[in-house]
Amino acid sequence: MTLLYSEVEEELRAAVRDLLADRLPPAAVLARAESVSPYDADLWKALARDIGAAGLLIPEELGGADATAREAAVVLEELGRAVTPVPFLTSAVLATRVLLDAGTGAARELLTALASGETTAALAVSFATSPYAPGGGSGGVTAEGGTLTGRVTSVAGADAADVLVVPASGALYAVDAAAATVETVVSLDVTRPISTVTFAGAEARQISADLAPLRAALEFGAGLLASEQLGVAEWCLTTTVAYVKERHQFARPVGSFQALKHRMADLWLEIVQARAAARNAADALASGVEAATAVAVAQAWCGAVAVHAAEECVQLHGGIGMTWEHPVHLYLKRAKADEIALGTPGDHRDALASLADIPGPPPTAGPA
Amino acid sequence: MTVDEAALQERARAFLAGNDPEGMEPLDFLRARFDAGLAWVHFPVGLGGLGAPRELQSVVEKELAGTPQTEIGKLTIGLGMAAPTILIFGTDEQKQRFLRPLWTGEEVWCQLFSEPGAGSDLATLATRAVRDGDEWVVDGQKVWTSGAHHSRWAILVARTDPDVPKHRGLTYFVCDMTAPGVEVRPLRQITGEAEFNEVFLTGVRLPDALRLGEVGDGWRVAQTTLMNERVAIGGAPVRRGGGVIGLVADTWRQRPEARTHDLHQRLLRLWVETEVTRLAGVRLRQQLAVGAPGPEGSGMKLAFARLNQALTSLDVEMRREEGLTYDDWTFRRSDSVDFFGRDPGYRYLRAKGNSIEGGTSEILRNIIAERVLGLPSEPRVDKNVPWKDLPR
Repeated sequence: MTLLYSEVEEELRAAVRDLLADRLPPAAVLARAESVSPYDADLWKALARDIGAAGLLIPEELGGADATAREAAVVLEELGRAVTPVPFLTSAVLATRVLLDAGTGAARELLTALASGETTAALAVSFATSPYAPGGGSGGVTAEGGTLTGRVTSVAGADAADVLVVPASGALYAVDAAAATVETVVSLDVTRPISTVTFAGAEARQISADLAPLRAALEFGAGLLASEQLGVAEWCLTTTVAYVKERHQFARPVGSFQALKHRMADLWLEIVQARAAARNAADALASGVEAATAVAVAQAWCGAVAVHAAEECVQLHGGIGMTWEHPVHLYLKRAKADEIALGTPGDHRDALASLADIPGPPPTAGPA
Repeated sequence: MTVDEAALQERARAFLAGNDPEGMEPLDFLRARFDAGLAWVHFPVGLGGLGAPRELQSVVEKELAGTPQTEIGKLTIGLGMAAPTILIFGTDEQKQRFLRPLWTGEEVWCQLFSEPGAGSDLATLATRAVRDGDEWVVDGQKVWTSGAHHSRWAILVARTDPDVPKHRGLTYFVCDMTAPGVEVRPLRQITGEAEFNEVFLTGVRLPDALRLGEVGDGWRVAQTTLMNERVAIGGAPVRRGGGVIGLVADTWRQRPEARTHDLHQRLLRLWVETEVTRLAGVRLRQQLAVGAPGPEGSGMKLAFARLNQALTSLDVEMRREEGLTYDDWTFRRSDSVDFFGRDPGYRYLRAKGNSIEGGTSEILRNIIAERVLGLPSEPRVDKNVPWKDLPR
């Protein structure tokens, strides 16, 4: 096990970072967030074509790059650092992982289309679904005679998807997005809005006869989300540090005041721990060894760190931090939404109660 | 010579084949192990090592498990601080003279840095060393010296030039603790025992051959020691769920009647924080394996201090009535910190020192802010003022 980054991973990071710096600086992200859909289809195509991001986790024989969770995590760090509005997490990680585990002919066919980036998918479950209660987020979609009926709320990435992967009546189905109604709702996270997806007798093809791939994909996604949270937190710390070095009050850079320095040192330490936890989760998901604990630890820690970093970034920017013009609010909104996504830190701590054998009190009472 | 895992394994086995620990004195075994380069494999050949990557030490430890070991508790300062400093700044003669008995435990080391008037602001220290021919005459008072009463040697920082700003007038020495004029007095602490000492130095004469590094370069030499101290304090490898969290979790498992929802939530949070800190330590050691300790070590110490304090505090609270008792307030000397052998009350009190010893948590935050994040320092009134003119 190594928690460091390999040379290949660093090269991948540099390629993604260069592309994002070139194509989508923060001001452009902000402008997009105010348009009808924040998703940048051209950028997504470039990420898919030039870097192979769309098919990163897909095997070579299906046209993918055959990489592991470790490489996907590095991409997510960079996308988090730039709050990039592309459907990497929702399509290339969550939906892709369901299809990989399903392994059926229909799933493999769809994976081939996803690998090129020409087709994009989304997992039609609430983004707030925890891996420990995977049934909770699929709403009441039912399958009957090859068609789906029902409604799912809070779906991330549906507005960018051509195909929806839908749990219904204990199985998994693929539905063309055109056959469903996707209504984007006003979302806390303006760079990854959620949608309500409604099926009214939509034609569907079964890709798995059971829901096992769903639970695995939610755990996989939760573990990798930690790397996105790490990227968000790192941007916030770097930006804050740069600002407090420049900003003068009382004839000194405000970053020379101990009260602020100590807060940033504490935040730095939280991020050091978050990086180790996120790398550990990615490594465990890549090797399949003790992944459940690694994911729960990373999610129990990194969600709150990203929120803390974004909150400190707002506070230490003073009035500027409260303006719509400064991009920090995009990070705060992403961090807060990410904290809820794929299980809250509390959900993951609860899971650790059994994973780490720290049982709770008996249900009725504490000590007399 | 490049040394890999297989070569080390082979070397360790060959060493064992030629040195049966059953048939020799433990000290002779340890000396032979040092001479075979199997003491600390990352040290150079001839000085107890093989110039191998640091992380390969575990290969040797595994092969030599069950053989005579050094009494690690007494040797913390020597192994963790004196040795790396001697290795970098010592002359060949000093390395040859000091490292072997340091490692085997024949000679215990202590640290004469802090003074009553120089704690966080170590560079302001007032112990004087005045040159007299080939010797230095040392006068002053040091404090918080663990193990001074059984130490043969000490690492000492003293002021050799009061007429320059404080950082520039310091020199680093090895102090002979058996020299006339060295007086050690126990210092009782909040746990009841005396783990530390005050050390009074009165006209102590040290030969110039005991100087480590250049005259006036003591601050730079001391930085090496302190970085290694923080790695030594904060960087101990543990398994997942081991260490203090393991102790608290075991009590938790054994006492279902003590469990409440509040304690459960706090314990789970601390379990997570322990685990991410452990992982950060693993990552730091992986980085160390390819370089030297950087300021990141300060972060580990900060994290461990916080965790130890929070966990030991929870442990006392969790025990309720039992938490109202204490095992022993007797004033006595203790040779090492017996964290796990004592009661929870002792651990709670002793852990309070974790955020003070080896750099307070406040100073560590300054170090992180300034050296890692590059934030500007507070305006300084003592920067370009000769030490002798500073207010105190």
